Amino acid sequence: MDLTSALQIALPEVILALGTLVLIVVGAFGGEKSTGLVGLGAGAVLVEAAAAACWGPMGQAFHGGFVADAAAQFSKVAIYLMSAVAIALGAPWLRRKRSAKFEYPLLVLLAATGMGVMVSAGDLISLYIGIELQSLALYVLAAFQRDDSRSSEAGLKYFVLGALSSGLLLYGASLIYGFAGSVRFADIAAAVHAGAGQGVIFGLVFLICGMAFKVSAAPFHMWTPDVYEGAPTPIVAFITAAPKLAAMVLFARALALGFPGATGQWQQVIVVIALISMAVGALAGLVQRNLKRLLAYSSILNIGYALMAMAAGTEGGMQAMLVFMVLYMIDVTGFFACLTALQRDGRPMERLEDFAGLVRVRPGLALAITALSLSLLGLPPFSGFWSKYYVFKAAIAGGLWPVAVFGLVASVPAAFYYLRILKTMWFDEPAGATDRTPGDASAIGMGAALFSFPLVLPALAALDPLATLAARAFGLA
Amino acid sequence: MDFWTTPGGWTLITLGEIVLVMVGVLISLAFLLLADRKIWAGVQMRKGPNVVGPFGLLQSFADFFKFMLKEVIIPAGADRTTFLLAPLITFTLAFIGWAVVPFAPGWVVSNINVGILYLLAVSGLGVYGIIIGGWASNSKYPFLGALRSAAQMVSYEVSIGFVIITVVLLAGSMNLSAIVEHQAGWIWNWHAFRFPTLVIMLPMMGIFFFSALAETNRPPFDLTEAESELVAGFQVEYSSTPYLLFMIGEYCNIVLMCAMLSILFLGGWNPGVPVGFMASWPPALASLLLFVVFALKIVFWFFMFAMVKAIVPRYRYDQLMRLGWKVFLPTSLFAVALVAAWKVFGTA
Amino acid sequence: MGLQAIAFYVLAVVTVASAFGVTTARNPVHSVLFLILTFFTAAGLFVLLGAEFLAMLLVVVYVGAVAVLFLFVVMMLDVDFASLRAGFARYLPIGGAVAVFLLIEMILVSGAVAERGAAAHVKPLSGENISNTEAIGRVLYTDYLYDFQIAGLVLLVAMIGAIVLTLKHRPGIKRQTVADQTGRSVRGGLQVVQVKVGEGIAE
Repeated sequence: MDLTSALQIALPEVILALGTLVLIVVGAFGGEKSTGLVGLGAGAVLVEAAAAACWGPMGQAFHGGFVADAAAQFSKVAIYLMSAVAIALGAPWLRRKRSAKFEYPLLVLLAATGMGVMVSAGDLISLYIGIELQSLALYVLAAFQRDDSRSSEAGLKYFVLGALSSGLLLYGASLIYGFAGSVRFADIAAAVHAGAGQGVIFGLVFLICGMAFKVSAAPFHMWTPDVYEGAPTPIVAFITAAPKLAAMVLFARALALGFPGATGQWQQVIVVIALISMAVGALAGLVQRNLKRLLAYSSILNIGYALMAMAAGTEGGMQAMLVFMVLYMIDVTGFFACLTALQRDGRPMERLEDFAGLVRVRPGLALAITALSLSLLGLPPFSGFWSKYYVFKAAIAGGLWPVAVFGLVASVPAAFYYLRILKTMWFDEPAGATDRTPGDASAIGMGAALFSFPLVLPALAALDPLATLAARAFGLA
Repeated sequence: MDFWTTPGGWTLITLGEIVLVMVGVLISLAFLLLADRKIWAGVQMRKGPNVVGPFGLLQSFADFFKFMLKEVIIPAGADRTTFLLAPLITFTLAFIGWAVVPFAPGWVVSNINVGILYLLAVSGLGVYGIIIGGWASNSKYPFLGALRSAAQMVSYEVSIGFVIITVVLLAGSMNLSAIVEHQAGWIWNWHAFRFPTLVIMLPMMGIFFFSALAETNRPPFDLTEAESELVAGFQVEYSSTPYLLFMIGEYCNIVLMCAMLSILFLGGWNPGVPVGFMASWPPALASLLLFVVFALKIVFWFFMFAMVKAIVPRYRYDQLMRLGWKVFLPTSLFAVALVAAWKVFGTA
Repeated sequence: MGLQAIAFYVLAVVTVASAFGVTTARNPVHSVLFLILTFFTAAGLFVLLGAEFLAMLLVVVYVGAVAVLFLFVVMMLDVDFASLRAGFARYLPIGGAVAVFLLIEMILVSGAVAERGAAAHVKPLSGENISNTEAIGRVLYTDYLYDFQIAGLVLLVAMIGAIVLTLKHRPGIKRQTVADQTGRSVRGGLQVVQVKVGEGIAE
């Protein structure tokens, strides 16, 4: 395959990388004044990359290292658009905090590039490099407010634990490479099929541990609450949405394409991780008074659901996982956008008691949070219900009904903590006036809330066949 | 003859070669050190060392015995093991670099494929002697000197690496003998003078020379041991033999850098005229002559080192860093791109 | 063969012993020094394998640059050894459990290696007589071009990150502008004035 057609297949990444380089030059020469311009440019680049991913050619390029298939297409469009939303949410917030820097959109762009590499990874090298590119950008973003000690702490914790997980992942990858004799998923699958032995399975376990770290599944979730609490809220909105989808797709791709012959083995591990995630997410969330920490545990719980769908090891499971992740992504971004919008006396409102009686002070945002909470809780007819419906259906169809039952049980304590937010907002005495809410963050929050109920129905009609198409790319039965 | 091809014989030969190179380098160091002082003195219109032996020729040997016979003083707060380890590291590293240097056709201890990377690696390791020595002294000035030195050497190593890449690109090999042979023939085949790349390579030679000054902590980049600021930098607490080891290691590194400059840019042992007429000579004689050519080039570069020390005033630390990162690094990086482009598009 | 075996055992023993030293040394600086020794001997093992390019790269990059900065940081840290050791006993059970688990795993894996040879079914790259530098170069810039470029982006992120997290544009600080200094000429900086005796210069 010649370079030109390879570059055409990798067009979204090429656009992102070149766009980043151009914008760096713009920012470096324009200085602080060009922050707005760089932000706009980054948004345009992301949208363009999404378009390129949507209508670009499919195929494999670069010696099988890059795969453009329906799954990559589906997730790339979602990832790039969510990254653009993250810029729209974060850049004005940073400007209000007087710490606007032109590097913010650039780091989001680079993270998006990394996520694109992840979802398109066809071998272990691009898997690792994609993860590193994305994670490094996220570590920096988490510590972006470097004068805030909590933000620095979040960045450092994220970095140290992330580096540890990368080490695990690399160790696993090198074991797999050593025993399978190739880094490409297709060759690994062939080697596993031919009986590559225990070494590959050991490697696989380490690989799964490393990946579980990246999607913040328990018992590898330790970093999540601290990072969510410390990092700037709009950046948490970014960290919790698109990277999780990218990591889940990569997870699925590595397992489905690299180890179709060892489904039994990885299924067990994934089921265990899913169960622990659901238990930890549901129970530990109960004692949290800080909303950002609470959402961190909520994300662990939800990743548990997504893993459960994946563990089914079927095409339906993958489709459910994709739909679930996209809907969850929109919900949680909206939730964090609402948190971004709300401030009292110049300080962010993060504690549960800050929200007391919010409905009388900020009825619009309170309604949005209500809708989003109910959606995360899984109440029909909100989007969260539909996503859980897909997941549980797939799990039961895949024969994992005990896990599904456990998931249902786990959603009970989870429901309690969402309802507690609602109770505080609707029935407690108001805790005082809030600052003026910025239009951008509120708009994103309310948009997500609108999506979670009426808009989700037409969206699902489109999402369902697309996700089915995407799931077919994983080549499972 | 059979014995020499067995592992034991091979080991003996190699050991012999190593001893030969080491002794040779050490003895020439003694006189180069004297030359350094004489040149310095000459620039300042002094006589320099002239008491021990004729013209002071034995001065270095006198110094050597003085250092050897003095008492080794180890500060009470020092980390003893590492304190003594540091000069040993500097000394050893300065000498192991010579293993890959081709003195004349076939005159090389170890003719490895990646000789130039080996030299880069060894010169990069040189920083450890300094940083460990500075830390183990457990004293403020040495530590500051060590920190300065570490930052400085790491910074300049980057541009040295890039300059080396330009040479490797031109020669198409990382083997030092191959690089020298690539410059065989007339003087305009030397990398520094070959048309049209001399436009790039002459400045690269300059960058390499200045980076070598920084890498070896020579003036004007001797911030590591700037006496007006740090007394003697990392070697404040050192005395007698450990100090001597540092000193020899430092000069040995300088001469190694001179050898690298000669090999990379000035054709190594090539005299600048085709050596075909030597074909009928006894091989040993021809090699000896070429070795003398190489040695003369080293002496030339050493003279440059000494002159810079005598003439150029010391840089300020921020200027040093700026020069390294903002001038040398981009320039050499650009040169790598240019040379690579020339290799691809220019030679077709 | 005999020499190689001796070299291997010496290097391997030193590697393992110094790796052990990394974790057991009481002084963190000594730990880093052991780490450097580990890298160095590992490079020696690479040479024995015939991968001299990788060996030199290991020394240049890890020993020559990364570990120097490591040492730099560790030396400047004011580490309280006592508090560092305090958690040791507390975390010993879990750490030990993980270590034992890993040990068992490694034994099993090496058993598998011994049984069939890990990469026995992997063919060497080509029969041509090329140095391994050339072999790496050939695939690095062709088959693995994509990974190579993305790795470049990773470094770019690291660079941007370092700048974002450390560079402070403090206002009101005088900075040296070399161009201005060297651009100064006699005309702008020096004025020759004829002063009459007894009058001086007004203004």
